[in-house]
Amino acid sequence: MSPFLAEWWDLRDLGNLVGAILEWISERGAPDWVTYVLSGIVGIVAVLLWAILSQLAFIWIERRVLGRMQVRLGPNRVGPWGILQPLADALKVLAKEMVTPRNADRVLYWLAPILVVVPAILVLAVFPFSPGMVVADLNVGVLYIVAVTSTATIAVFMAGWSSSNKYSLLGAMRSVAMLISYEVVQVLALLAVPVFTGSMRLGDVVAWQDNYNAWLVFLQPLGLLAFIIASAVEVNRSPSDIAEAESEIVAGYHTEYGGIRWGMFQLAEYVAGFAVAATIVTLWLGGWTLWGLEEWVPGWLIFLAKLYGTFFLFIWMRGTLPRIRIDQLMGFAWKFLLPLMLLNVLLAGLEKVVWTETGASAGLVLPAFAVLNFALTAALIVGWGAIAGGLSPRMRAKRPLLVREVGGIYYQPLP
Amino acid sequence: MPDVQGLFEQYTAVLIATILGFALVAGALIGNLILSPRQRTRPKGLSYECGMLPIGRGRFQIHFRYYLFAILFLIFDIEAVFLFPWALSFLDIGAMAFYEMLVFIIILGFGLLYAWRKGALQWR
Amino acid sequence: MARPGAEHRHDLETIDLYINVGPQHPATHGVFRMILTVNGELVEDCEPVLGYMHRGNEKLPENCDYRQAIGYHDRTDYLAQFNTEWTYCLAVEKLMGLEVPERAEYIRVILGELNRVASHLMWAGAFGTDVGFFGTPFMYAFREREVIQDFFEAVTGERMMYNYFRPGGVAWDVPDDFQEHARYVIDHVRRGIDDLDALMTDNEVFLARCRGLSPVTPEQAINWGLSGPMLRACGVKHDLRRAEPYSIYDRFDFEIPVGTEGDVYDRYLVRMEEMRQSLRIVEQALKQMPKNGPIMASGLKRVLRPPPGEVYARTESPRGEYGVYIVSRGGDKPWRHKVRGASFCNLSPLREMVVGNYVADAIIILGSIDIVLCEVDR
Repeated sequence: MSPFLAEWWDLRDLGNLVGAILEWISERGAPDWVTYVLSGIVGIVAVLLWAILSQLAFIWIERRVLGRMQVRLGPNRVGPWGILQPLADALKVLAKEMVTPRNADRVLYWLAPILVVVPAILVLAVFPFSPGMVVADLNVGVLYIVAVTSTATIAVFMAGWSSSNKYSLLGAMRSVAMLISYEVVQVLALLAVPVFTGSMRLGDVVAWQDNYNAWLVFLQPLGLLAFIIASAVEVNRSPSDIAEAESEIVAGYHTEYGGIRWGMFQLAEYVAGFAVAATIVTLWLGGWTLWGLEEWVPGWLIFLAKLYGTFFLFIWMRGTLPRIRIDQLMGFAWKFLLPLMLLNVLLAGLEKVVWTETGASAGLVLPAFAVLNFALTAALIVGWGAIAGGLSPRMRAKRPLLVREVGGIYYQPLP
Repeated sequence: MPDVQGLFEQYTAVLIATILGFALVAGALIGNLILSPRQRTRPKGLSYECGMLPIGRGRFQIHFRYYLFAILFLIFDIEAVFLFPWALSFLDIGAMAFYEMLVFIIILGFGLLYAWRKGALQWR
Repeated sequence: MARPGAEHRHDLETIDLYINVGPQHPATHGVFRMILTVNGELVEDCEPVLGYMHRGNEKLPENCDYRQAIGYHDRTDYLAQFNTEWTYCLAVEKLMGLEVPERAEYIRVILGELNRVASHLMWAGAFGTDVGFFGTPFMYAFREREVIQDFFEAVTGERMMYNYFRPGGVAWDVPDDFQEHARYVIDHVRRGIDDLDALMTDNEVFLARCRGLSPVTPEQAINWGLSGPMLRACGVKHDLRRAEPYSIYDRFDFEIPVGTEGDVYDRYLVRMEEMRQSLRIVEQALKQMPKNGPIMASGLKRVLRPPPGEVYARTESPRGEYGVYIVSRGGDKPWRHKVRGASFCNLSPLREMVVGNYVADAIIILGSIDIVLCEVDR
């Protein structure tokens, strides 16, 4: 099981407990496949429980935090400080009538909420919560994340199409357009990581960062930035929640959904949010490592702390930013992020080649790369922004003219 | 020779995750079926259109430009498929692999530039 | 000769997509309905549907005593109640030749200007939601609006339909702590406006959404009969408080914000600056306000019977020019009573402004007009 199988009560790795149980079972003469099926089931159930509990907790946290940001209280009635509010919501959603629109394509309408949840759960299986604490330690972990998350696109489109509602279809089309656009960005941002680490196994990526004592955020700031933006789009959170922009197309692709099927979309959105945060933490923020602290604190606690911190960022963005228009969002992906990401991949490759060819020590090369990459990131963002037209005079704030006398016209539009 | 046994073991976990995921959703849906009231009326089945009777059909024609973006997506996603194995192994092949990929990406970059100049990236 | 394939043309025909926005829609302010004809994401046509809120607010006062009609003006523009009452009272006073006491004039200015601030705050919050903020500016704005409403409640005993101005003055005197309370409101709201400013004005996404959106030239604005912030955003220097100072507006020192491009962003800027200027006016009015004195013109009968004649009074309400036209044939009821609602006139060029923009922008443009459906439908 884990590289250092310790006593079952060693909390630094919850896998130890499972390992001890499995060992006990196999000693009783159970065949091999029983142990690994059992270990898989235990792991998945644990991850599922964690995901659902985290979601319930974060529904409350998000609403409370947004409340604080918006000078109001947030839910505070059900249970102490309102912490039972998500539970009450879940029960309410569970006890709602399932209404299927008359014109709906029934099969697709039923299938969509199912197909949107399953991939979201599947992604969670590959993340190493601490060394060895991983359900499926795939050697193509990075690729697996991309592959599985992208299937949600189909479910979203099924939901929009089957509802036979204009808002739904419009929302679904928007959603698909932006999901596929930002998927390209996401993939290219992810690509620079295996260039450095030489492995797509997520455990190896974390080990690499631990080994060189260099989180990839220092080497890949541009990649992380692009990935955060693309992820915010992929999980449909502000400022890019145009697929369910309530002030334009009511609720987007799930306008016609109610009850638990609506709850499924919410669950998928949250779990996908956790998956994205876990990806960011694993690939860029050093996973379970925290500069030696993992010796003392269980690695999975560090991982979860980082994950929740990253997820908090999305909540914060939701409380601060307005919504981007679809053409701006698409233009941003294709004209701004995509060229930068192509450059980023090349840059990562070039640095890796330079590193290997010169044979310089990591202690010398990595700080140099970090400084260089941060400078290049700033220069590229500003420079490409100027070239691609994002920094036009229209993007600058202005003040109105103040006059004392009425009569006459002051009209000076920008060219 | 890759560790087939280990690979199998890992993907068993993925399979179990799939089954359990479906089970979770099925459980929720069945729970809803048991708990929820059921009272079908005609207006309930109407699709929502701001409280008015729907005008025209719910499934409309979709604009052509989505297709363009789908094509572009295909191009760049397949490019990424090529790039992933390269990213893992270009050091084993040698520095030459890097320069070859450089040429590949530059060609793609020109493709993107062409699409841009042709207005395919303009959402209108 | 027919083009090859022409016989199949009906198969390739493009069917227009109609999208209903409203009356039950999260983004229409009130029960307004737009039927958008959409091509992809672009709006090709827009048909506004009005009248869901029609209650006969113009006709009802013709069956009322002159004082009873004040309540109906509260209910036309329910976000600028004092300004509407004021206009109506001005009209009746003009008709009767009444002189309003000094102190009442100051009370009216203070309440009217604070009401402008409250109305613009409401607009800024709702507009933020239209642009896609998740309620943050809305709550910021409402925190300040609440303070103003508490003040109004202390003065009038009401939070929405104040019914406080009367032809010839105001209904009753203000509470003793009027000055202190008003100063507190000004300080609070001024900070709140700065908060709102910091959140929205320089926000890149906000700029990207609003700048250059649906620009209106001054010629168009004048031809369409726009007024208020909508007109000033186009660069037309016009404000009734300066152009024809009613009440005592010639005594105050304030500036009129004027936009440069006439786009949505300018409308936002003009309204934000107007709030600050209104607070300036309130501050000056508080200083100049006489401590004691009558609040009602003397010698008024229990039932007002203006002489025959017709009169049109207009004021600068938060939404623009609010006008009241009254024809009297003697007697205790107006013979004809007509309201010029600023929202209605500002809303009329909606189609011209919306067509050619994205669906998402149509919502923003509608929001930037700042309509109150009760004033549109009356």
